[in-house]
Amino acid sequence: IFSKASISLEDSGSSSETDEDEQPVRRQEGSTDLSAEYWGIQKLAKYVKGGDPTATLIALCSMRDFNLSEETCQLAIKDTGCLEVLINLLDTEEIKCQTGSLKILKEISQNILIRHAIADLGGLEIMVKILDSPDTDLKCLAAETIANVARFKRARKTVRKHGGIKRLVELLESISVGSSYQAKDTETVRCAALALWSCSKSTKNKKAIRKAGGIPLLARWLKCSHANILIPIVGTLQECASEPSYRLAIRTEGMIENLVKNLSSEHEELQMHCASAIFKCAEDEEIRDLVRKHEGLQPLSALLDKSENKQLLAAVTGAIWKCAISRENVLKFQEYKTVETLVTLLTDQPEEVLINVIGALGECCQEEENRGTIRRSGGIAPMVTLLTATNPALLVNVNKAVGGCAMEPENMAIIDSLDGVRLLWSLLKNPNPDVQASAAWALCPCVENAKNSGEMVRSFVGGLELIVNLLKSKDKEVLTSVCAAIANIAKDQENLAVMTDHGVVPLLSKLANTNNNKLRRHLAEAIAHCCMWGSNRVAFGEAKAVAPLARYLKSKDPLVHRATAQALYQLSEDPNNCVIMHENGVVKLLLAMVGSTDDTLQEAAAGCIANIRRLALAAEKAKYG
Amino acid sequence: AAMSRKGRKLLVDSLTRSAKHFTKSEVECLIKLFDTLVAKASSQFAGAGFDRTVFRDTLYNAFGMTDDVVLDRVFSTFDRDNTGCITVEEWVEGLAVLLRGTLEEKMKYCFAIYDLNGDGYISKEEMFQMLKHSLLIQPADEEPDEGVKDLVEIALKKMDYDHDGKLSFTDFEKAVRDENLLLEAFGPCLPDIK
Repeated sequence: IFSKASISLEDSGSSSETDEDEQPVRRQEGSTDLSAEYWGIQKLAKYVKGGDPTATLIALCSMRDFNLSEETCQLAIKDTGCLEVLINLLDTEEIKCQTGSLKILKEISQNILIRHAIADLGGLEIMVKILDSPDTDLKCLAAETIANVARFKRARKTVRKHGGIKRLVELLESISVGSSYQAKDTETVRCAALALWSCSKSTKNKKAIRKAGGIPLLARWLKCSHANILIPIVGTLQECASEPSYRLAIRTEGMIENLVKNLSSEHEELQMHCASAIFKCAEDEEIRDLVRKHEGLQPLSALLDKSENKQLLAAVTGAIWKCAISRENVLKFQEYKTVETLVTLLTDQPEEVLINVIGALGECCQEEENRGTIRRSGGIAPMVTLLTATNPALLVNVNKAVGGCAMEPENMAIIDSLDGVRLLWSLLKNPNPDVQASAAWALCPCVENAKNSGEMVRSFVGGLELIVNLLKSKDKEVLTSVCAAIANIAKDQENLAVMTDHGVVPLLSKLANTNNNKLRRHLAEAIAHCCMWGSNRVAFGEAKAVAPLARYLKSKDPLVHRATAQALYQLSEDPNNCVIMHENGVVKLLLAMVGSTDDTLQEAAAGCIANIRRLALAAEKAKYG
Repeated sequence: AAMSRKGRKLLVDSLTRSAKHFTKSEVECLIKLFDTLVAKASSQFAGAGFDRTVFRDTLYNAFGMTDDVVLDRVFSTFDRDNTGCITVEEWVEGLAVLLRGTLEEKMKYCFAIYDLNGDGYISKEEMFQMLKHSLLIQPADEEPDEGVKDLVEIALKKMDYDHDGKLSFTDFEKAVRDENLLLEAFGPCLPDIK
């Protein structure tokens, strides 16, 4: 199963979308003592408002002597009405005044209240217009200020509505990479990239950037070697990589090569963004292959050593997690002893790192060898401890990893001794359906491989009732996983008896009318196993489970056929069921499967047909004497 | 007096070298322009140059510079030998700074403009002179000059690094290097790029 965990990675220099969208509230309301800064700024504001350009400039330059990164100064500018004046200055044609004003706005727009105020006062539209100015310094200042202001949704929308995205993309085109250019020209690109990065947090802007032809330009600048340009460029790509169209472009425009190359940069921030981009893109199999082909797995693994920088570590472990979805990559990681390193990261790490580390280990469990490696590195105990976490995203990954490990009997012994199965079982009570489902999936190998499995299951008070009741869930994945678990549990007769008491037969039967192949398969398996007690076969028939099962045979999925054939075979021990199967044309469908290369399917199909024929014949005979 | 071809060529070469920022063909154009202006001017200087009035008109027409005080100062800066007449050398070399000067050259130029009495310092009184008309809106309850005096203090506080109550060239240079926008702090004296 794919865990739908959402990872919140903090991009440096900008907060996530949700934080800033409510109107910010000032922290201290009505302080009686107006600061010295307030009066100083108010005095200067007078000259900015009432002076000609010469006086304005003197006042603006003096204003920058205040510590504009301090909140008291920032708010003083707002409260004295100076902010409006600054924005009005932007609307003039006086380049020096516009420059002077923007230098201040750029600083103070770091403050969330000021950002909102600038947007409210219509400052963004004017800044977008300034992007057309012939003066390079002015353009850069405007772009950098837009980068600051566009940290909340409404501002990003405003930029787009006034043609800002298009203009910013055009600024990326100003000069070509590789030609000898002045520092000033690269400055334009850097500032435009910063602005685009901020703006790209909105989905519509991601589309707008693409429509404005931004992707080839991003690809082009990805090849440059200036870290201060690369960081916002990669930041933008990483932000946009949630869109399939960008991932396609990343694949086809050869960007993976550059991303991998920059994993070895000496700038940790750049490394982080590259890893982040790979994390997001590696959803696509082709990209996972490209990362391997461009030898990106090794630097990723090496970066695990930089465990002090948590943001970097989160990005790297995320990238490794997603890359590990492909088996060839897991084999490569084995060469670099990545699993051993990941195990060391199971303790003392912030949640955002843990989620990814465990996710990665879960994927690595695809390979038998790694399940042993995890045990030998002492990874089982910390994993089981994590079963007590509360973060749903983390739990989903932990469940998958524990389930993966539980496929080895030696691991299972450790898990059991640490009470891991009971912990998994209690996760079935978790309100989050993803957690429930992943826990149920993990229980399958546990039940299969534990020693004295039947007794163990019985020892969980109320456990069987709990899992049977989950058949009432509305979530498909929960239903599927619970069926799979029940199929395993039912192999123990006593437990099957208890489950029958709890009404497992009608509950399973109710689910029979489904078109979902994965559910069909596991449901049929569960039914097959639940037939082996008392009068359950008859009960299934009475609960009208047989006819829907017959329809499953029409699906194209061979796994569904196999499970259904087994279920029907078991059900066919009861004559009434045979009649229903006969009426539903089961024989013809099963005949086609008798020649299958799948032994289990073959036997079940043959057995079922034999039963139907025998019992149908007997019924005929009884009818006609 | 008309120049011989050879003399002309020598002039172009020497001016191209000394002015530094113009090509030979640009220097030739400037010399041609100079000749036109001299022809317009009175024959006061026997064709060696032109006077203040012509200069101010030219600068107004070419660059839209209107401030009398500034224009006077610009003339004085061009007229290095203080003859009241702008020769061709002064013309070309002066324009080189005005149009294409490096930051250093422009700083020296602007400082010279603002140093009204040429004593090597921009004093408070000089600043007051230049900023006298820069406040368009004055609060009704204030003395009209209070605001300007205040502005002068603000400027001084910003730029007077050695705290001697006046701006030396060192002060001015430091301030402009720190913030380029202060190059024309006391009034526009360079042509507008637009």
